Amino acid sequence: MTNLFLLQLLNGMQFGILLFLIAAGLTLVFGIMDFVNLAHGVIYMVGAYLAVTFSQVTGSYGLGLLLTLPATLMVGLVLEILVFRKLYDRPHLDQVLATFGLVMIISEAVEMIWGSAPLSVEIPQFLSGSVPLIGPLRYPVFRLVVIGAGLLTALGLWLVITRTRIGMRLRAGAANRNMIAALGVDIRSLFTIIFAFGAMLAGFAGAMVAPILTVDPGMGESVLILAFVVIVIGGIGSVKGAFAAAILVGLVDTLGRSFGPILLRAIMDPSAASQAGRVLAPMLVYILMAIILALRPAGLFGAKS
Amino acid sequence: MRIIPTRAWAATALFTAFAILPFLADALDDSYLVVIATRIIAYAIAALALDLILGYGGLVSFGHAAYLGIGAYSVAILSRAGITDLGLHLAAAIAGAAIFATITGAISLRTKGIYFIMITLAFAQMGYFFFVSLSAYGGDDGVTLAQRSTLFGQPVLESDRALYYTAFALLLGLYLLAVAITRSRFGRVLTGTRENPVRMRAIGFSPFRYQLTAFVISGCMAAVAGVMLANQTNYVSPAFMDWHRSGELVVMVVFGGVGNLLGAVAGATVALLLEEWLSILTEHWPLLFGVILVMVVLYSRDGLSGLFRRRT
Amino acid sequence: MTHSRKLLAALVATTMLTGPAAAQDQETLKIGLIFTLSGPAAVLGEMGRDGFLLAAEQIGDIGGLNTEIIVVDDEQKPDIAANKARELVERDEVDIVVGPIFSNILGAIQKPVTDSGAILISPNAGTSNFAGADCNRNFFVTSYQNDQMHEVMGAYAQEQGYDNVFLLAPNYQAGKDSLAGFKNSYSGGFAGEIFTQLGQLDYSAELAQIAAMQPDAVFAFMPGGMGVNLVKQYRQAGLDTIPFLSAFTVDESTLPAQQDAALGFFAGSNWAPDTDTPESKTFVAAYEEKYGKVPATYAMQAFDAANLIDGAIREAGGVQDKDALIAALETAPFTSVRGDFSFGPNHYPIQDFYLTKVVQREDGQFATSIVKKIFDDYADNYVSDCDMG
Repeated sequence: MTNLFLLQLLNGMQFGILLFLIAAGLTLVFGIMDFVNLAHGVIYMVGAYLAVTFSQVTGSYGLGLLLTLPATLMVGLVLEILVFRKLYDRPHLDQVLATFGLVMIISEAVEMIWGSAPLSVEIPQFLSGSVPLIGPLRYPVFRLVVIGAGLLTALGLWLVITRTRIGMRLRAGAANRNMIAALGVDIRSLFTIIFAFGAMLAGFAGAMVAPILTVDPGMGESVLILAFVVIVIGGIGSVKGAFAAAILVGLVDTLGRSFGPILLRAIMDPSAASQAGRVLAPMLVYILMAIILALRPAGLFGAKS
Repeated sequence: MRIIPTRAWAATALFTAFAILPFLADALDDSYLVVIATRIIAYAIAALALDLILGYGGLVSFGHAAYLGIGAYSVAILSRAGITDLGLHLAAAIAGAAIFATITGAISLRTKGIYFIMITLAFAQMGYFFFVSLSAYGGDDGVTLAQRSTLFGQPVLESDRALYYTAFALLLGLYLLAVAITRSRFGRVLTGTRENPVRMRAIGFSPFRYQLTAFVISGCMAAVAGVMLANQTNYVSPAFMDWHRSGELVVMVVFGGVGNLLGAVAGATVALLLEEWLSILTEHWPLLFGVILVMVVLYSRDGLSGLFRRRT
Repeated sequence: MTHSRKLLAALVATTMLTGPAAAQDQETLKIGLIFTLSGPAAVLGEMGRDGFLLAAEQIGDIGGLNTEIIVVDDEQKPDIAANKARELVERDEVDIVVGPIFSNILGAIQKPVTDSGAILISPNAGTSNFAGADCNRNFFVTSYQNDQMHEVMGAYAQEQGYDNVFLLAPNYQAGKDSLAGFKNSYSGGFAGEIFTQLGQLDYSAELAQIAAMQPDAVFAFMPGGMGVNLVKQYRQAGLDTIPFLSAFTVDESTLPAQQDAALGFFAGSNWAPDTDTPESKTFVAAYEEKYGKVPATYAMQAFDAANLIDGAIREAGGVQDKDALIAALETAPFTSVRGDFSFGPNHYPIQDFYLTKVVQREDGQFATSIVKKIFDDYADNYVSDCDMG
């Protein structure tokens, strides 16, 4: 039981890191630039599809991943120039409507190009095994790679935003665009670059999860809400908050699923407990978010507005 | 206030079109027009409800599909228990929505902006998963309704046209009610809480009470839409309260133009008609629909209403 | 024969301008297909549509009548499906509706279609209510009753003498029905039973529990993308020594993504692409030739639906007399791709069920392959509740 608990703790952490990886690009665009980008999920999906195609063409997942990065960067640039650039000073609702339209366009385009059947990509041989953990339990090597990628992304993002000049300008620009423009910073190209970089992070996440998750036209949509939940719980504008929230969501979801029914059994009879567990399990993440926002209306690490 | 006379004319035109639509359907020998128009009206009611808080109170609810679901399940649950009267269905829907809106609204209103969007989403998702696990009513497979609601014990709503005019009367009534609310002192205070909450508080109004009241009224109106939708499809399932639905309602309101009530009705109408027509044209209709949405945002500051206003 | 919605659009446009459509031709057969053609589950709907259209193309004039086929997308949304179904029967005045894939869509369209007097043939969804108390004269199913695929696996687990099976299904109605179906035909013990979240991405927590319990076998019902996620992660977690029994989790719609991760995994089915009948061989060859992929049961069952309609209309001598047509349909006057096929009194099939296993064919494609027959001429458990009156 203790072993299983430790293992589920680990699983919860790694699910959280996976969530952060997926939400990282959104942290930048929505968290820092204050732009509501519903298209984040579909860009993540495009990243996964490109990784599949590039891996097939080059015959190597590693090369496919490397090619996906500049490709999604380009996707981000094109979208920024065509659509997003015109929406920075518009209300959030206009951004919602426009990016909702983009979701429809890109989803349909993906179905037209790649078809609706799920696709997959091979993991390189040396990453495909599993390592022994406790007793009969084993841990997939590729999971460790995903955890590593998530941690590196978090660290990199945090360093860029809090420790570099670009990050400083970015934060200043998000807080007061006119002021920073008056100071002679080219805020427009800065936003273009950051947006494209956010798209690349989304694409990177898509390419990283392609070997463990299904690559299908619904994959972007299924993570979109979770990504928003993570950022909002963490508090908008805080990379640290997003990371903490991702881990928290991962832990609550995983531990709640596996140990929730056991806890409920302590306070009610077994059949009622399993009933209640089934009703509550899918709500856990949302209950968590409602409680946190009710107690801290600007999220865990958000600035009081 | 130049827009008011324009809006009165546009409203008269739109509602007249709705009123004569069944006769048009007769002339064209296309009874299906009435079926699809009933669905449009149900969504128009829900969009109208959302615009009341979104447009006037600045409260973007991303969970309004929950009220559609509450309304629809009121019909399903009461019908299963042998109660088929439309009046009772509506009463139960409104009561259920009022309770849900009061509780979730009181908590949600502690937050603002994007946090408000997400917390309303959270509550709607809880409702969604509750009905998904409700095996007695088919879980997510839903329930087929054996018959529509009755009016004074008579199955008059079995006629598509009677159902249509009932829905239309509800839309018209709720539209006039919403207009009256926004013009009342209550409505002006509500708008004030959106524009400048600090000032409103300073002159002695508690924004919370006004916002919560508006939130509850809006939820109840959306539940009415749910009752109509259940009757129109003869079927109820948690899919009615999926977050996509909430998103679509927001899109309808913004597409039509925020904060003038008629825009919401027009937005729902045009969005559903576009979906209907584009899907006849091509299998890849979401692509075209998406392009239209993006174009409207890029070239109009205020949705469809903005397109019209520019010409006047 | 046309199957394009475009022509219909032109027709609708003219109807709107000029009034009533041209009088219905006596010799015309109109069939409406309603499938999920957009969104994440579109792959299943496309298989159903393609299977039907393939048969229609081979037959030419279905039932010897001038045939018009109208294809619509239900978007996997019940209320949209209900409207599209009404559009088919009221505006387009189709004689027969074929569809859908999903049970909740069936619940939404069954009443509007059958109320209008049209015939509804489901090539996939087969819910228990319509098999039992709510059965309907105008409604036929060419697939199976939903519980049966799970019962096949329960019976196999029983036969293997397993006494410690771990059950896994998503937390929604079909998931609950699935585990109930498995338990119908399995009386051994259970290592555990988990309902996962709908659309769950990561199964590490469940896989850890399975690894800790070391059950005799795992039974999973994980349709669509969930199945792809689970199967990949199951293999990566090194659990492949534990037999993997499943329903709707490894089939030709998901195998292109699961590939060798699914090799050797078991499933229950009423057919597999290597079924040894001449009709099946021709069907699979023609389907692969035309669409470039291996057909799953969704395609086969829709293909059968088209041949069923063809045979019944020829026997009834037309579509005008609905009673005669229903009587003809009841005799299942066609040769099913899967071999033995007849209808029970509730209009659900009586057929054989098999244990199948994922293999890689010589051409490199992955497909399910028949291992052995589990049930012979098997009917569902609800037929006794059905009274057509």
